[in-house]
Amino acid sequence: MTGVPGLAADLRVMREDFSLEVDLGIEPGGVLALLGPNGAGKSTALQALAGLVPLRGGRITLAGRCLDDPGAGVFVPAAERAIGMVFQDYLLFPHLSAVDNVAFGLRAARVPRRQAREQAREWLERMGLAALADAKPGVLSGGQAQRVALARALAPGPRLLLLDEPLAALDASTKMEVRSELRRHLADFNGCTLLVTHDPLDAMVLADSLVVIEDGRVVQRGRTAEVARAPRTDYVARLVGLNLYRGRATGGRIAIEGGGVLVTADSCEGEVFAVFPPSAVVLHRHRPDGSARNTWQGRVAGLEQHADTMRVQIEAAPAVLADVTAAAVADLDLTVGAPVWAAVKATEIRCYSTLDSDGCRSAPAAGPV
Amino acid sequence: MTSPSLRLWVVAIALAWAVPACGSPTASEQGGTVNVFAAASLTDAFRQIADEVERANPGLSVAVNVGASSALSQQIVSGAPADVFAAASPAAMATVIDAGEATAPQVFARNHLEIAVPADNPGRVDGLADFADPDRTFALCAAEVPCGAAAAAIFTAAGIRAAPDTLEQDVRAALSKVVLGEVDAALVYRTDVLAAGSKVRGIGFPEAEQAPSDYLLATLTSAPNAAGAEVFGAYVLSSEGQRILAKAGFELP
Amino acid sequence: MLLVPAALAVAFLVLPLVALVVRAPWTTLPEALLSAEVGQALRLSLVCATSATALSMVLGIPLAWVLARAQFRGRRLLRALVTVPLVLPPVVGGVALLLLLGRRGLLGQYLDAWFGVTLPFTTPAVILAETFVAMPFLVIAVEGALRGADRRYEDAAATLGASRSLIFRRVTLPLIAPGVSAGAVLCFARALGEFGATISFAGSFPGVTRTMPIEVYLALETDPPAAIVLSLVLLAVSVVVLVSLRDRWLQGSAA
Repeated sequence: MTGVPGLAADLRVMREDFSLEVDLGIEPGGVLALLGPNGAGKSTALQALAGLVPLRGGRITLAGRCLDDPGAGVFVPAAERAIGMVFQDYLLFPHLSAVDNVAFGLRAARVPRRQAREQAREWLERMGLAALADAKPGVLSGGQAQRVALARALAPGPRLLLLDEPLAALDASTKMEVRSELRRHLADFNGCTLLVTHDPLDAMVLADSLVVIEDGRVVQRGRTAEVARAPRTDYVARLVGLNLYRGRATGGRIAIEGGGVLVTADSCEGEVFAVFPPSAVVLHRHRPDGSARNTWQGRVAGLEQHADTMRVQIEAAPAVLADVTAAAVADLDLTVGAPVWAAVKATEIRCYSTLDSDGCRSAPAAGPV
Repeated sequence: MTSPSLRLWVVAIALAWAVPACGSPTASEQGGTVNVFAAASLTDAFRQIADEVERANPGLSVAVNVGASSALSQQIVSGAPADVFAAASPAAMATVIDAGEATAPQVFARNHLEIAVPADNPGRVDGLADFADPDRTFALCAAEVPCGAAAAAIFTAAGIRAAPDTLEQDVRAALSKVVLGEVDAALVYRTDVLAAGSKVRGIGFPEAEQAPSDYLLATLTSAPNAAGAEVFGAYVLSSEGQRILAKAGFELP
Repeated sequence: MLLVPAALAVAFLVLPLVALVVRAPWTTLPEALLSAEVGQALRLSLVCATSATALSMVLGIPLAWVLARAQFRGRRLLRALVTVPLVLPPVVGGVALLLLLGRRGLLGQYLDAWFGVTLPFTTPAVILAETFVAMPFLVIAVEGALRGADRRYEDAAATLGASRSLIFRRVTLPLIAPGVSAGAVLCFARALGEFGATISFAGSFPGVTRTMPIEVYLALETDPPAAIVLSLVLLAVSVVVLVSLRDRWLQGSAA
């Protein structure tokens, strides 16, 4: 493994009531998003990589150097790993100015004070924060603090950049701007980047590939676009906003687990997943006579405002989410408990085997993706 | 907190204050409590005398409060409820008399300073002149308290420049430094050397004989228990009282 | 209903100080203040209290760190032991110091025999007595500050490559600075007022071991007006110290 130029990590960590077993690999210049619900073990994985939590098993190598290998008795403490970390709430040192925050890592690496401050100023300039170099963190806005934190993490020249929910603390309006800026800075960075997030949009915009974990285990991995198109768990489906079903296909007819049948234009056989977006669902008050091959009846179980559409949750066999306009909700008089018909064209339903690309059903792949 | 229990407390505290005040009228029958303020060097002798007075006068109890005479005189002047004052120096008594708190004190005992050394005498001290040696460790009483004033007078008379290392706030504190072996010698009263027993050895010196300390006794003018004070004072000056004082090492006037 | 006892408490705490000011011999005050004894005792008190505070910080901050951060058996017991001087009568502390460091003390006898060093009746003895009594105040304050501090700042510093000692100096200490200042002020004030442990361990000699509180006590026996003057000086110094340091905290937190 010593020849691997990027990050190769097989993380095994035990906590009192929780165990994490996740393996991941990142090429130099690559950005991997670690996605998962709260409590899935994302933070633990990050802390293990940073050296703030020791592994119980497995190993971590970065740029050919072994950082943690309990089997071999190797543990490199956080301060001696070539890593940079941006914390969720940034953790800028409140008593130091922005420039001194950025210079901190350089000073720790024994760069002379003047030189360290000069480099730190250059970093702040690159972040568009030259004017705020002498400001204390307390007066910075969320977006500014995030950029200072990023500059601080990058300044010492890490091989691995760890981003812990870097946008979670921002309000919606600044989030978009900061996100695109972060994308630009990550493109300039030639080390490995691991982005931990629970926001699929962050992952889509910032990362090339994804690892999704639930309950401490990898449930899906792949190129970002692939994962978005073909989710394999309800969690991922919800993240990417798709209706996901598991069933048995015979000649375009899929018998859904838990009841119901869907017809697809795709050709598939055997154990399959079937997906379609909520926007592909058309709702009717009465049985429709249109061309849709799939129509089935249910009841409205919930309504939720979703940007400029309404997401309607329908109890049926199979259960389905539908995105409709607010006007349609009014026209159809959709209230909780109201009977409703759902219609989906066969061409909107994609299906793919439950066996993943490696031919394994659910075991995580070994080695870098 | 307007509860009855609070009111009960207030009443209880008020009563606790009132009871000693109510004690005064019964004093004419020589009952109640006599408060005796006495110099620290009188500690043992006066406790014994108090026992004897109580035995001879059922119903009368004696409370002895000891301390540096100068400190006691300040407490009396500040209104401490004392009946009798026994001072180790005319100066301390004068403070009380000047304040109009006492008249006509009587000398009831005399004491002499003595050199106190730890039993093994590590500093090999054998006379007053040794106190001029800066290499040995000595304790004296502070000049503000009687034993310190007496020591200063003796050194002046003898033409010795004493080199003490500490000036203690009363004679018993100076003595305790000797008992602990922290100093090579201290100047204390002969009675203190006797009271310390075998841990301390006393070394007499001729200069002390010429400068005895007079102990004065007075009943206080605003004594809450004047009758009891008279009883106690009379006992101190009686042959029984004088015998107890002599046994403790005091000389009699 | 709470206002009445609160007012009583204020009266109880403040009126004695008012009495001190009212009864001060203002006409002879300048003369008394300029006397050699007062100057000597005040200088000694300030030197000793400052030294005791410095010593308490040098030893006490690391101790507070151990109590707050290290995981080991018997930590509660250790905390109880090192904070005993908070509740111990100071005179007892002085006697204990004498039994340890006195000329015939457990350690003191060897100091004397091997190095010819005897501590009692010296200025260092005053500093030791004051440190003994005052350091727990600092330790408690700093330990509390350390427990309240967000340890993730230390994690952040570690990911930036900082060693443990660099983290402590440049991150932890600045973060707990208000707690350290508060502890140092308490410690200094306690050391300045120290009487019992000092007089029993260090004795009382003008210019060497007789600090202001001892001077006040002695003066009270023979010269009460002088005692009042000395007390006023101590009161003034205490107020100045508290006020000046309080201002510094406010500036520090506003910056």
